Amino acid sequence: MKDFALIFRQPSYDYSNASPQEMQDLTKKWQDWIGSIAAQGKLKGNPVRLVQEGKVLKAGGVVTDGPFVEIRERLGSLIIVKAADLDEATTLAHGCPALDANGSVEIRQVFS
Amino acid sequence: MVQSHISTLKQLFQQEFSKMVAVISNLFGLQHIEIAEDIVSETFLAATESWAKKGIPENPAAWLYVVAKQKTLYHFRRNKIYEKKVIPELSLRQDNVAQPGEPDFSLGNIRDSQLQMMFAVCNPAIASEAQMGLALRILCGFGIEEIAAAFLTGKETINKRLFRAKEKLRSEKISMEMPPENELTGRLDNVLHIIYLLFNEGYYSRTQDRILRKELCVEAMRLGFMLCEDVRTNLPKTNALLALMCFHASRFDARLTNEESPVLYEDQDELLWDQELINRGLHFLELSASGEEISSYHLEARIAYWHCIKEDTPDKWQEILQLYNQLLCINYSPGAALNRTFALYKADGKKVALAEAEKLGLEGNHFFHLLLGELYDGMDNRKALANLRKAYDLAQNQDEKLVIEKKIALIV
Repeated sequence: MKDFALIFRQPSYDYSNASPQEMQDLTKKWQDWIGSIAAQGKLKGNPVRLVQEGKVLKAGGVVTDGPFVEIRERLGSLIIVKAADLDEATTLAHGCPALDANGSVEIRQVFS
Repeated sequence: MVQSHISTLKQLFQQEFSKMVAVISNLFGLQHIEIAEDIVSETFLAATESWAKKGIPENPAAWLYVVAKQKTLYHFRRNKIYEKKVIPELSLRQDNVAQPGEPDFSLGNIRDSQLQMMFAVCNPAIASEAQMGLALRILCGFGIEEIAAAFLTGKETINKRLFRAKEKLRSEKISMEMPPENELTGRLDNVLHIIYLLFNEGYYSRTQDRILRKELCVEAMRLGFMLCEDVRTNLPKTNALLALMCFHASRFDARLTNEESPVLYEDQDELLWDQELINRGLHFLELSASGEEISSYHLEARIAYWHCIKEDTPDKWQEILQLYNQLLCINYSPGAALNRTFALYKADGKKVALAEAEKLGLEGNHFFHLLLGELYDGMDNRKALANLRKAYDLAQNQDEKLVIEKKIALIV
């Protein structure tokens, strides 16, 4: 078993207008998906969840605030999974809710 | 009449055993724990003889303390070893003792000593199985025979285990004291875990002895209450564990009304659920809802709470599902994975749950095949039967086989 990082990116989305029901459905999707990986005993550690707001530091000391309008896909969060190989890790990434939001999942092995 | 007299004496001795051993061990040091056990046993023997003739005194506990005090002092003076070994230590440990070798059976010292004993016994240096045995003996005052029955093993094995555990107390130089503040929550985790295991041993016990099983649960809860009474150990996770035990224990009688086999949840009469315990559980659940940490006890307590509501609603199962999702993220176990999938079935239907169940990779676990049998029932009866038959072959005992047989008969 090796460790792989699943890194989620998705387009910036303003959730402030989302209805409570929408938010609840979205939370359920994520929790069910991560719960599914955890139920297979393949989740390592707790998911790293990132707050929406942040800053970006660029060369020359330029600091920009979020939202990161210029970034098509913002980094959402990441989890570490245990899998035999890259193919299995990729299989685990299927069903990730980021994909429903036109986002992507990057799968990268973690150096052990 | 005679029977009830004996049972109260037994209860009294059991309660007082742990208190007196803790206090005397605190005096002599943990490496001499056997002396404390011997003194307490001799005290009980003296009580049984004297009370048989003169009747039980008005305050039996006080009587025991007086006699134990005398025996301790006697032991202390008789053995020159103690003057060499114990007294030098004593002068370092307790300078407020009125007389060297006199145990202090005040309420405060009993509590402190018991709490310190809990941390000493639940020290990670001792192997977990030995720890449970030692906890039952020293913290709960169980006899060797009862411990052997609880673990479905012989007295000889238990004696050996206890012996090794006590050796470990000595070789690891474990002392009776509260861990320093910066280690306390970490060490408390060990104590809570042992209490949790003791409770589960009673609740899901392999032994058929109902009284013993209930006693294990009651003792685990008593230790939990003790932790809640001290401000240092009364933390949200302690409250969460107590809430969990209260909720489970509320169904104890309903689960075991049938002498032969456990009553399945769906078939339980909720009127037999102990509402008083459910309310106590709710009280502790509220207390547990503070601070940052969400321990597995928090999550399990909330799941157990939902199971105290018999009525099935979509909300109930969605909540249970999310709690299992969270629980699995911090603490994977095959049981939690199976329960999560069952909750998914109740919340979102068989199709979704089946796809998830097939990913669990728990072939060979009879509950896994039982779950698949249930999920395939009505979807693919051939597969349902194949799984139920596999579950039947894998089931450990007759009760479980009987339940599976009934399910098979319903499909065929």
